[in-house]
Amino acid sequence: MVKTEKCRIIENKKVGPDFYRLKIIAPLIAIKARPGQFVHIRCSGPAGILLRRPFSIHKINNANVSAYQRINVSAQKQGWIEIFYKTVGKGTEALARKKPGEIINVIGPLGNGFSIPRKINSAILVAGGMGVAPLLLLAEELQKSNCKLQKLNLNPSSSIQHPGSRIIVLIGAKTKKELLCENEFKNLGCTVKVSTDDGSKGYKGLVTGLLENVVRRTSYVIRKNKRSTVYACGPKAMLREVSRIAAKHKIPCQVSLEEDMACGIGACYGCPVNTKQGYKLVCKDGPVFNAGEIV
Amino acid sequence: MKLTTHHSPLTTDLSVNIAGIKMKNPVMCGSGTFAFGEEYAEFFDLKEMGAIVTKTITLKPRKGNPPPRIKETYSGMLNCIGLQNPGTEAFIRDKMPVLRKPGIPIIVSIGGETEQEYTDITRELKGVRGVSGIELNISCPNLHPHLSPLPSRERKEKERLRMFAQDEKAAAGVVRRVRRITRLPLIVKLSPNVTDIKIIARAVERAGADAVSLINTPLGMAINLEKRTPCLSNTTGGLSGPAIKPIALRMVREVYNTVRIPIIGMGGIMDARDALEFMVCGAKAVAVGTANFVNPRAIPEIIDGIRKYMVENRIKKIGLLVGSLKAK
Repeated sequence: MVKTEKCRIIENKKVGPDFYRLKIIAPLIAIKARPGQFVHIRCSGPAGILLRRPFSIHKINNANVSAYQRINVSAQKQGWIEIFYKTVGKGTEALARKKPGEIINVIGPLGNGFSIPRKINSAILVAGGMGVAPLLLLAEELQKSNCKLQKLNLNPSSSIQHPGSRIIVLIGAKTKKELLCENEFKNLGCTVKVSTDDGSKGYKGLVTGLLENVVRRTSYVIRKNKRSTVYACGPKAMLREVSRIAAKHKIPCQVSLEEDMACGIGACYGCPVNTKQGYKLVCKDGPVFNAGEIV
Repeated sequence: MKLTTHHSPLTTDLSVNIAGIKMKNPVMCGSGTFAFGEEYAEFFDLKEMGAIVTKTITLKPRKGNPPPRIKETYSGMLNCIGLQNPGTEAFIRDKMPVLRKPGIPIIVSIGGETEQEYTDITRELKGVRGVSGIELNISCPNLHPHLSPLPSRERKEKERLRMFAQDEKAAAGVVRRVRRITRLPLIVKLSPNVTDIKIIARAVERAGADAVSLINTPLGMAINLEKRTPCLSNTTGGLSGPAIKPIALRMVREVYNTVRIPIIGMGGIMDARDALEFMVCGAKAVAVGTANFVNPRAIPEIIDGIRKYMVENRIKKIGLLVGSLKAK
């Protein structure tokens, strides 16, 4: 029954031009949440903001103590979750003004997250802009999963840069300044490649161009094993292109969608996405869908 | 001095009877904001509600409008869902068994584009166990595109199909036809998109309605200035939330002064005080809509708040509040 939590803010800090990281104590959500799921937050601040705002879960930390012990540990040691967000309007701006110690009302975890096939042995994660948010948690889960991910050597001829990596992360942004989470993914042991629209860092062009290159170079390995998956989150046009590339190379692909939402739980029918089986709801049936399903 | 809530709670009676529908408290959900109940069962025990009003069903399944279907506005939201629903047959087969479980009155909201469609659904609902009443949604603002740049002939065609609730004869006509074929309590949902809601209310009362519920959403619009396009796929949408409460209160009062049948009041109720204001204006029961999206526990919290208010103000029967507005 419990799905609403009043969460104390541990940290809400600015980490870029319009980017913020919000860490909140949410032991119940932290225990249940899966990568790709989201939380629905009341950003209430100035009068006039009515609806909650959905944010995908970026990091989870489950306190490694029993409920009994938890009574005596400091707030920081309780289970927390982190969301990574960009201020794009009144709701997120109100959220950005919240201070540590304040309480916010959170519903979650909501929706269906990414699924990790049991026999998966490698993965390509494609993030456009804020799309990194749910993918970091996914990368962590993939690294933790027991299945044996196989090395995907991007450059057989050159010296091996990331010997243990079975996860390739492609991050795209407009400029170098807006590239997000590069180090976080590297710290998890992923191979990270970046693209910028203006070429200020990495591949010049769209992240989908980068994906095309990577898939072409690794598709032999991927196809032979048939056990890789592409996971993507980002703008709609990017997701469409990622789906196309994955389909062309016959790699399973999951995409995380975003849509304006009211209730977040499947009651208002406000966030439809057109699928082969008709309209489905991003909040309840998604936000993660198999790319092939989407029309 | 404040009295505590444990002060003789047994003597506070929240029960109401709307046209034969016995509710243990006057709080229900607004059609379309609660789907078919399942989603909210995760947040509270649905037994606590006075009644459930289903999302509007149509005879055949309806796909609804394409996205974007919602847009937040100041203290409110616009929606143009377009009555997405599985159709009457699937509703009876798949949704009714779940809805029956809490054992509270179920009011089925029905919608259609023709009188025939309303009577066909009513016939299909005949004898379905657990249906306590029918709400005729004759006021959905999102069935047809408004203001869209359609070719003139097509536009004329569409305009003929405007909502029943905007014309007293059309409204009375559909009520009369449904009235003839059912003994179930008949609630008629009225639209605020009219010159004078009193005329429509009187017309449906005469045609045999047992109660009226108001208000459905006023039509509104939101604009994306960068793209110079409407924000919603259907151009216009129904406005809901606290932004419309003053309009709703005024209309409830007007209708209360006009008809004798009970009124179910709604429009921007966010908390118990809002609900009580509607009752003071003349609503015998209230429906909570958009608040469910913001706070999934809004309904049980509002019921608790009403009870607390009654105890604090020594009101023994909720009915004593209804229409108790004093002249200024």
